[in-house]
Amino acid sequence: MTLQSEASATHSAAPQPPGGRLLSGWFATGVPADLDQHLLRYGPAPLPGSKETVTALITAAEEAGLTGRGGASFPTGRKLRTVARARGTAVVVANGMESEPASLKDEVLLHVAPHLVLDGAQLAAAAVGADVIHLCLPRTRAAQRSTLALAAAERRREHLDRIPVQVHALPHHYVSSEETSLVNWINTGNARPLATPPRPFEKGVEGRPTLIDNVETLAHLALIARYGAAWFRTAGTPDAPGTVLVTASGAVHTPGVYEMPLGTPVGRILDTAGGAIAPIGAVLVGGFFGSWLPIEQAVRTAFSKSGLAAAGAGPGAGVIAALPHAACGLAETARILGYLAAQSARQCGPCQFGLPAVAEDFAQLAWGGLDRTGFDRLHRRIGLLPGRGACRHPDGAARLAATALQTFTDDVRQHFHRGPCPAAGTHGTLTVPTAPGPLQEGWQ
Amino acid sequence: MSAAKRLSIDRIACAGRGVCAELFPERVDLDEWGYPVIPDPTVPEHLLGHARRAVAGCPVLALRLDPAPPER
Repeated sequence: MTLQSEASATHSAAPQPPGGRLLSGWFATGVPADLDQHLLRYGPAPLPGSKETVTALITAAEEAGLTGRGGASFPTGRKLRTVARARGTAVVVANGMESEPASLKDEVLLHVAPHLVLDGAQLAAAAVGADVIHLCLPRTRAAQRSTLALAAAERRREHLDRIPVQVHALPHHYVSSEETSLVNWINTGNARPLATPPRPFEKGVEGRPTLIDNVETLAHLALIARYGAAWFRTAGTPDAPGTVLVTASGAVHTPGVYEMPLGTPVGRILDTAGGAIAPIGAVLVGGFFGSWLPIEQAVRTAFSKSGLAAAGAGPGAGVIAALPHAACGLAETARILGYLAAQSARQCGPCQFGLPAVAEDFAQLAWGGLDRTGFDRLHRRIGLLPGRGACRHPDGAARLAATALQTFTDDVRQHFHRGPCPAAGTHGTLTVPTAPGPLQEGWQ
Repeated sequence: MSAAKRLSIDRIACAGRGVCAELFPERVDLDEWGYPVIPDPTVPEHLLGHARRAVAGCPVLALRLDPAPPER
């Protein structure tokens, strides 16, 4: 499925969801916004030119309650303030890597509203006093890279931007979007995660304080700078204000990217994506790194950091995937775990050895015959993954595996007593990449 | 103020030699591939001697003893 067909199928079929902001230009025109259109709609970014206006911008981000849309949901204003205060000239990195296979939102946003992202990057750079912006994009999206490089050059020519933008094309692996991977890539050309501390906000690119924000976060900042914190808070809930781009996939009629108010129940997001094509048994929330929730619980769970945390999940990069009741959740999980194991950067022992072992046990559970001893071993191995890597890759895989065992307890019992269910042998519902792992393609 | 410290590991540097578990079994266990498991990273004063020996004995300098974070 290409972006074009995905986007047009989605957005012509569905009415504009409530709270459309980042995507409102797209809904109004149906074409990606070039610089002229962007300026017509929004005018130039209100870049701060004095100490007072810099402070006002950071305060607006704080009061808006904007949080990172890349997965960690960290308060953006606090991060801006920390980097702005740090010693030394700062660097801004815009993260458009989108390594989560179940997410399309960064690709869609960069396609339909590239100048909102570039505005946000310039505003963030002005706020923290940066002298350079690095825009990190996956190497697999060549057209996107040239579009963004041309857009940045055009803005520079028109004297809209003060700070130069360097566009990078990184190897597109699951952990090469991790923030220390971006720093490592820019510093040394190796897109693998680094040990922390130091965190990039203290010591990142060239050892300088480095602000790393997801491209969607920056686009929201571009709107907050124009319309203010109070306006931002008119969507969402008091503890999770604003809108969020959600990629809905799996067994829904119109899979795609939707802009939803934060705090919208997962059930309503599924309805916005056209509703279920078959009775749904469970929803994967947060991505391959995320949590399985039984459908009864998922539908009423608010899609926000706190709402999902209460259900033992998190929004990740804004991903929900609906799994039909008839599908085999164990087989789906086993395929994802196999992918995640192949995506390990193979730097840390627990991830290099523990993750493939968990994936293998899980495959046995899904397709072979896993006995009681094997099942206990699987539980033990899952328990030993979290907190034992330089990055959170093993933690995410452990969460996926553990929530699968909780949510699909009936399937686990079935597989135990009767062997693999018929659905385990099918192609499955979720699209799991089969591209070669990093070992073949490299990290340089 | 307590003199307790906290064990931490550079997971990328760690090569799974297992010296830490041998020198500091009170806190360090090994997984089935020989990589350290530290369920409780805090090191009370009476164990500091063992901890320091383990840190010094790590052949790849992956083990560190940091000041314990302030009590909440």
